[in-house]
Amino acid sequence: MITPPGLPLPINFVIVPNDTLVNVEAPHAPCGACLTHVRNLGVQLSGQIVLEDLSFDLRCGEITALVGPNGAGKTTLLRALLGEVPISGSCQFHGGPGHPTRRRLVIGYVPQRLGFDRAAPLTVADLFALTAGRQPAFLGLSDTVRAAADTSLAEVDAAHLLNRRLGDLSGGELQRVLLALSLSPSPDLLLLDEPQQGLDAAGLARFYELVARLRGRFDMAVVLVSHDLAAVARVADRVFFLDRRLLAAGPPAEVLKKIGAH
Amino acid sequence: MHFLSEFWHSLIGALPWDWAHYGYMRLALLAVFLAAPLFALIGTQVVGLRLVFFSDTLGHAALAGLGIGVVARLAEPWWAMLAWAVAIALLMTWVQRRSRAAADTVLGVFMAFSVALGIMLLSRSGQSNRLVTYLIGDVLGITGHGLAGLAVVLMVAIALAWRWFNALALTGLNASLAGSRGVRVAWVQTGFALLVAVAVTMVIPWIGLLLINAFLVLPAAAARMLARDTRQYLVWAASIALTAGVGGLISSFYWDTPTGATIVLWAAAFYALAFVIHPRRAGSSAVAEATET
Repeated sequence: MITPPGLPLPINFVIVPNDTLVNVEAPHAPCGACLTHVRNLGVQLSGQIVLEDLSFDLRCGEITALVGPNGAGKTTLLRALLGEVPISGSCQFHGGPGHPTRRRLVIGYVPQRLGFDRAAPLTVADLFALTAGRQPAFLGLSDTVRAAADTSLAEVDAAHLLNRRLGDLSGGELQRVLLALSLSPSPDLLLLDEPQQGLDAAGLARFYELVARLRGRFDMAVVLVSHDLAAVARVADRVFFLDRRLLAAGPPAEVLKKIGAH
Repeated sequence: MHFLSEFWHSLIGALPWDWAHYGYMRLALLAVFLAAPLFALIGTQVVGLRLVFFSDTLGHAALAGLGIGVVARLAEPWWAMLAWAVAIALLMTWVQRRSRAAADTVLGVFMAFSVALGIMLLSRSGQSNRLVTYLIGDVLGITGHGLAGLAVVLMVAIALAWRWFNALALTGLNASLAGSRGVRVAWVQTGFALLVAVAVTMVIPWIGLLLINAFLVLPAAAARMLARDTRQYLVWAASIALTAGVGGLISSFYWDTPTGATIVLWAAAFYALAFVIHPRRAGSSAVAEATET
């Protein structure tokens, strides 16, 4: 896996240094000690309170499902973690002993949709070239980026898709490609927004199972956004029920019961 | 510089055809060689970032710049066009960031305002004849200085592409994804809008502001149907722009038609050809979305 030079730290985060770190570059199983520590997080957009007083922890090796009605602020929370919107409160990241370098936080992000149409002259290889390296994509893939792309695609059973056009992929294949993209460089925090492009319930379930498998192979915390609690309950370790505030948090069964009581 | 110009004139002048004996045609040919790759590079990104209406607005906005330049009695009103285009580009990116939804309405308002202001100022100052020249362009308007400027813009555009092509293309796919990869989305968008403004304004005097956007967008739109990846896309767009540019320039000489319009018709013919070769890929994003859901 490569670390693109100059990948900056997400601006809303404070990275808490840890002097006991071992330097491990290769992806490895979760150490269980990397901690994303969020306290009293709030977001206001154009004078409106979108998120208020959120406090939670995310641990590597865990899948947290973020559920809530439309307009609850789920995507805004992802954008806050990505550093796209100004926040109040604090986000800290404590790297555990398996975390590769002292002052690094890589956030992998899988967006809801990509702005391309079926005619777009864009291949999966192009997508890796665009995200991974300094070499402009019109010069093709460098050997290091190609190797990283091959490795990442293999993780999601999509190695054969490297030279396919994005417009020729099925919804499920595109989603796997986007997931592979977010694995290179190996992320500490993986944020998956709810897919909007052509994925049926069965496809979505398969996709979530793939995420669950990766959770055990990479040292990362996973946040999975969904409006459908039942769909994510099977793979999530914990569920956050969000509607501007964090209304419930805990194991899926517990949160289900709590929401049902509302 | 002088040496280069002499060299170019004697090189093309040695060709056996009629058109090559005219100095302005030799300049125009050079202009095509500079503008075609520049517009292919920019046009592919304009299409990818869905900024076609934006670049069209910039072209039409030039009219207001021209009007202001004439009223202010500038020796070279072109500079007022450039300043106006840059101002509009900055304003547009700012407005677009604030309210995404109303972007096309706001663009429409800017276009209407600029065109109306330009027509009013030009007729008040008794210079309506300039209006037609700028609307349809004039190949005689190509000067050595203009070409030098165009060459500089081409070099700058290539240098920018080397460093920021990935960032820009990724922003077009998904701004949040680009941001998560360390792209400073707002800067990249603003910088690109400025480049479009400068490039479009450089070429308006000879293509004409009515058709400038067609020359920007058509080669890219045709290339889109023929290419399957990013590299092919740029190569096809540049080849089509170059062929349409050279073909349009030379045929306009023999047909005695405005050069800009002739070049654009050539580009449109390439679009039609690409459509016939690959009709399946001509779908707009609206079509694609309809088939996805």
